[in-house]
Amino acid sequence: MAYSDKVLDHYNNPRNVGALDKKSENVGTGVVGAPECGDVMKLQIEVDGDRIVDAKFKTFGCGSAIASSSLATEWVKGKTLDEALSISNTEIVQELSLPPVKIHCSVLAEDAIKAAVNDFKAKRATTAQEQSAK
Amino acid sequence: MQLPIYMDYQATTPVDPRVLEAMLPFFTQAYGNAASRNHAFGWKAEEAVDAAREACASIIGASSKEIVFTSGSTEAINLAMKGVAEMYGHKGKHVITSLAEHKAVLDTAKHLEKQGFEVTYLKPDKNGRTTAADVAAALREDTILVSIMWANNEVGTVNDVRGIGELCHEKGVLFFTDATQAVGKIPVDVAADHVDLLCFSGHKIYGPKGVGALYVRRRNPRVRLVAQMDGGGHERGMRSGTLNVPGIAGLGEACRLAQAELETEAARAIALRERLQQKIEAELDFVHLNGDAEHRLPGCLNLSFNFVEGESLLMGVKDLAVSSGSACTSASLEPSHVLRSMDVGDDLAHSSIRFGLGRFTTEEEVDFAARQVIDTVKRLREMSPLYEMVVEEGIDLSTVNWQGGH
Repeated sequence: MAYSDKVLDHYNNPRNVGALDKKSENVGTGVVGAPECGDVMKLQIEVDGDRIVDAKFKTFGCGSAIASSSLATEWVKGKTLDEALSISNTEIVQELSLPPVKIHCSVLAEDAIKAAVNDFKAKRATTAQEQSAK
Repeated sequence: MQLPIYMDYQATTPVDPRVLEAMLPFFTQAYGNAASRNHAFGWKAEEAVDAAREACASIIGASSKEIVFTSGSTEAINLAMKGVAEMYGHKGKHVITSLAEHKAVLDTAKHLEKQGFEVTYLKPDKNGRTTAADVAAALREDTILVSIMWANNEVGTVNDVRGIGELCHEKGVLFFTDATQAVGKIPVDVAADHVDLLCFSGHKIYGPKGVGALYVRRRNPRVRLVAQMDGGGHERGMRSGTLNVPGIAGLGEACRLAQAELETEAARAIALRERLQQKIEAELDFVHLNGDAEHRLPGCLNLSFNFVEGESLLMGVKDLAVSSGSACTSASLEPSHVLRSMDVGDDLAHSSIRFGLGRFTTEEEVDFAARQVIDTVKRLREMSPLYEMVVEEGIDLSTVNWQGGH
């Protein structure tokens, strides 16, 4: 299968590989996919106020899955939570020129962003509750 | 060393220059039809076909009258299975084969099911092996054919052919074996191994593509087939069609060379295979051998690498022409039916690579391949959430509730 130059670039030089401290209050973690399906993405965001200041990923999956998640971390950095939530998989498909059989990779990356944001929001809600209980 | 490196010898092999040399005269000089009985062109072609038939018989311990030339193993499989089913269908309607067979056998078995036959698909053990005991348990009064491959093309496991052959002869059931991966690689003897029908192909043994042979036993028992191709009655009526003389000459020469060099070549392939496996295992943990450690083909090494996905692995080993057990690349996400029949988990099946080593593989190539595999797996594991979960966090992946799998 021929990969687009952008997919190859992300595969060979993935951006933001790594992990953030998932116990930190400022970090949201999203893990989507399943090993049997050949794709697992973990995407993490570090949030300051309402803005994503850092993002890291780790992905088990094909080159397109790695590229989609690498691109997702690039895109969410500097965005507000709501802006990040509005990133859609079709933008990822376009940017990476993914073929139809690889669209699920972009969907997974979108899901990973949403899961990370939601995880962060849930954390913040819990912290707020605890604080108001005090 | 030239890149990319060819390590897919179970898929096909280059034509040995000595084989090509033997074929060339039959294209432009001795181009007669082997069936032309009344002139020198025909005689010359027939002579070449006869010599090739001898070589094909010799490498499997048969007599030359028992060889039928075909276009390759797929055709031979169709002829053997359908030919037996049609000839002996009045005696019984039951056929036994295995889930780990090549698609050519499985699809032909499906065809027989549509014709009213009942097929038992044996499940191999976790190493991909089928034994006489497995076959014995499935035999019935109305079983007319057992079709079990000699050696598996994906994992290289060698089946208990002699045991299965003995059992079949004892029970009076015909035994066909797809020996495409075995002939020329390991000793094959249709007499000692009690085989009734056997096929192999030129292009797996450094011969040309588009030519193969079917062995059909002539005595104890005499096997009869219903031809699947109607026409001029070539090959004793079993396979009509003008003989592919250059191809057959090439197949014959390939057999002659393979037989003469079998022992040294097998020893060399085993040494290279072990070198590759040892180098990889010395630097990587969580590596699984797919297939049988003891009963296996010399030049086949099928490994799975936990926590990395097959397609990204293949992308990383871009200088190696290898094959993956995952059909991800063909867009279906279906892992190989062979690995599945062995109960290899889908995650491991997705990360399997088959290294096929052969006559022209060098130590230098093996070392380069090992290095590229090791570097790629390490790099991919560094970005694998699964590796992190298991190795760093000690999580049992089977207990994880995965979200949103596709």
